[in-house]
Amino acid sequence: MAELTLKKAEKKASTNNLRRKPRLGETIIQGLLFFCGFFSIFTTLGIVYELGKEALLFFQMPEVNLLATLTTTEWKPHIGKFGIWPLLNSTLMTTFIAMTIAIPLGMSVAVYLSEYAAPRVRNTLKPILEVLAGIPTIVYGYFALTFVTPILREIFGRDVVQIYNTASAGLVMGILILPLITSMTEDALSAVPRSLREAAYGMGATKLEVALQIVVPAALSGIAAAIIVGISRAIGETMIVAVAAGAGPNFTFNPFVGAETITGHIVRISGGDLSYDSIDYNSIFALGLFLFCVTLVLNIISQTIVRRFREVYE
Amino acid sequence: MKEKLVVQGFANNLKARNRTGVIWHVIFQASTAVGVIALIALLFNVSDGAFGYVAYEARVDPDTLSVAGVPVEDQSKEQLVSLLQSTLSSGAYNKLENEKPFGSRPREEVYQLVVERIIKPKVVEVWNLWPSLTQADEIRATVAKDHPKAELEFVSWLTSDFVTRPQTSEPLATGVRTAILGSLWTILFTILLAFPIGVGAAIYLEEYASENRLNRIIQTNINNLAGVPSIVYGILGLAIFVRALEPLTSGEMFGLVNLTSENGRTVLSAGLTLGLLVLPIIIINAQEAIRAVPRSLRNASFGVGATKWQTVWSHVLPTALPGILTGTILAISRAIGETAPLVVVGASTAISFDPSSPFSKFTTLPIQIYQWTSRPQDEFRSLAAASILVLLILLLSLNAFAILLRNRFSRRF
Repeated sequence: MAELTLKKAEKKASTNNLRRKPRLGETIIQGLLFFCGFFSIFTTLGIVYELGKEALLFFQMPEVNLLATLTTTEWKPHIGKFGIWPLLNSTLMTTFIAMTIAIPLGMSVAVYLSEYAAPRVRNTLKPILEVLAGIPTIVYGYFALTFVTPILREIFGRDVVQIYNTASAGLVMGILILPLITSMTEDALSAVPRSLREAAYGMGATKLEVALQIVVPAALSGIAAAIIVGISRAIGETMIVAVAAGAGPNFTFNPFVGAETITGHIVRISGGDLSYDSIDYNSIFALGLFLFCVTLVLNIISQTIVRRFREVYE
Repeated sequence: MKEKLVVQGFANNLKARNRTGVIWHVIFQASTAVGVIALIALLFNVSDGAFGYVAYEARVDPDTLSVAGVPVEDQSKEQLVSLLQSTLSSGAYNKLENEKPFGSRPREEVYQLVVERIIKPKVVEVWNLWPSLTQADEIRATVAKDHPKAELEFVSWLTSDFVTRPQTSEPLATGVRTAILGSLWTILFTILLAFPIGVGAAIYLEEYASENRLNRIIQTNINNLAGVPSIVYGILGLAIFVRALEPLTSGEMFGLVNLTSENGRTVLSAGLTLGLLVLPIIIINAQEAIRAVPRSLRNASFGVGATKWQTVWSHVLPTALPGILTGTILAISRAIGETAPLVVVGASTAISFDPSSPFSKFTTLPIQIYQWTSRPQDEFRSLAAASILVLLILLLSLNAFAILLRNRFSRRF
C-alpha cells in the first residue's frame, strides 16, 4: 500500500514537473530585468549614433575637411579653420602635467599606505584621500584659478605667467587624479600575497627592497591599468580647464599662457545659446566623438592589461 | 658572525641599503603629506574667499533718507513704502505692487527693497579672510584714502540669507535658493531614472544572466560607460533629450508651454542626462552589494520552494539594500557636483525665479559656482566661495548619511 502511494506520488511529480512549470509573472519580471540590463547598450548606441551622425554632418560641411582638421594648427570657426591641433595640444599638455604630478605622488602614497603605514595611520589617511576624490571638479577649478595661479605668478613672475594658463590647470588636475591612481595602485599592491614579501624578508631584503623590487613588479599590471585610467580621466576632465586654462584655442608649448583644451572648448561653445545645425553645434559633436573614442580605447586597454597580465598566485 | 657576512659580501653595503630605505620612507611619507596638504589648502582657499572685509559705496547716502531724525533702518513699514513710492518711477512701483502687494509684504522685505532699489550699495573692493585678519589696519587706511565715501564691513558671504535668497545681479543681495532648488529638482529625475534601472540591471546581471556572449557584452559595456567623460553625456543629452525629445522635455506634449520653459533645456532634460551619467556607477555598486549576499541564503530560499523572483525580492534585495543605497547615494553626490554636462545641456545663466515644474529652466549649484568663478570681479569670487561651502556641506552630509547607513544596517556573514 505504502509502495503504491509512493509510486503514485512519483508519477504525479513527473507529470507535474515543478521546475518547468511556466510562470507568467516570473517571465515578465525577467524580461523587465533584462531590459534594465540592456538599457546601457542603448546609451552606448545613442552616443555612437548621435555623435557619429552630427560629426559626419560636420565633416560634410564645405569649410571642413578631414585631412586639414588633422594636420593644421589653427582652430578658428569664424573664418572656417578647423585644425584640431591647438585644442589637442593643450589637452595633451594639461594631461602630461597632471600625470607628472599624479603618477609619482599617487604611487608613492599607495606604496606608503600599503607597505609602510600602520593600520591606524592608514585608516585615518584613506578617508582623507577619498574626500579629495569626492570634491566636485568645479571646486578644483576655483582652487586652480584663485590659489595655484597666484602662487605660480609669484614664483615665476607676473609677466611670465598669465592669469589663465595650462600649468595651473594641469597641476590641480594632478591632485584630482592622485586619489584615483592611489586607490587603484593600492588595490593592486594589497593583492600581492603575503608569502612573497615574507620570502623576500627571509632572504634579507630591506623593507624598501621588498616594496620596490618584489611587491611593485608583482602588481605591475594593476599599476599600469591605474595609470591608463588616470590618463583617460585627465583627457576627459572639463571644469578645471574650463575655469583655469583659458578661453580661446592657442597652439603653444608654453604652459604659462592660456590655451583651450578640447573639453574646455566644448563647454565655452555650448555655454552660449547654441543654434541647431550651426557649424559650432556640429563641431562639438565631432570633438565629443573624438573624446569618446580616445577614452574608450584607453579604458579597454586598461581592462585588457588587468585581465591578461595579472599575476595569479596560488 | 659579522665577519662571516663581510666575507660573503653581505654586510658591507647594509648601511647604504638601510640609508636608502630611510630616504625613500621619508619620500613616501612626504608624498602622502602633499595629498593631505592639498586638501587643507583647498579648504583654506575656499573659506578664505567666503569671509572678509568688503568696502561698498551707497548710490544714495542712507543718511539723506532719514525722516524727522529717524534713520532709514528704523523707519516703519508705511514710511518705507511711501519712500519707495516717492523715489521710484510709478511704473517700477506698480510692477512691484503687482508682483506682490505691499500690504502683504513684511517690513523686512520692504526694507530689502529700499536697500536694493534706492540705496543700491555697490561693492568697490573685497578682501579675503586672511588679509582681513592680519592687515585690518592697512585695509582701513586704504579704504579711507581711496574710497572716502565707502563703508567698510566685515562680512560672511555665507549666511542663512544667502541660502534662502533668490539669485539677483547684485552681489550683496544675491543668494543661491534658485540654484539649490534647481539641483534638487534635477537630482529627483536623476534618481527616478537611474535607481530603478540601475538596480534592475544589477539584479539581472548577478542573478539571472547566464554566462553567454550577450551578457558579457552588457557587462563590458557598463564598465566602459563608467569611464566615459561626463561632457560626452552632456552632448548626448543635448542631442537626445533637448533636441530629439523636445516635445516631451519642454512640456509641449502635455500642453504645458509657459514662459519658464524653453526648447527642451529644462530640469527634466538635465535630470535625465545626469541619470544616464550615474547609471553605470549605480549598477556597478549595486552589483557588488548583491554579490556580497551569501549563496547559502539563496539556496535556503530555493530549498523551501521559493521561485527565483521570490528569492530575489524577499531575501537577496533586503540583505543587499544597505549596500545598494550607500552606492546610490555616492553616485548621486557625484551627480550633484557635476557641472560640465549641464553646461552643455543648456543650464540658464541668470534666472531669478525658482523652478516649479519638470519643465522649468534651471540653474544648479555647481553651475552657479562656475558662473561666479568665471567673472573677473572679486565680489563674485567671494560669492563662488560661499556657494562652494554650501555645496561641500551638502555633499558632506550626504556622504556622512551614506556611511551611517552602511554602518547601521550592513550585516556581515
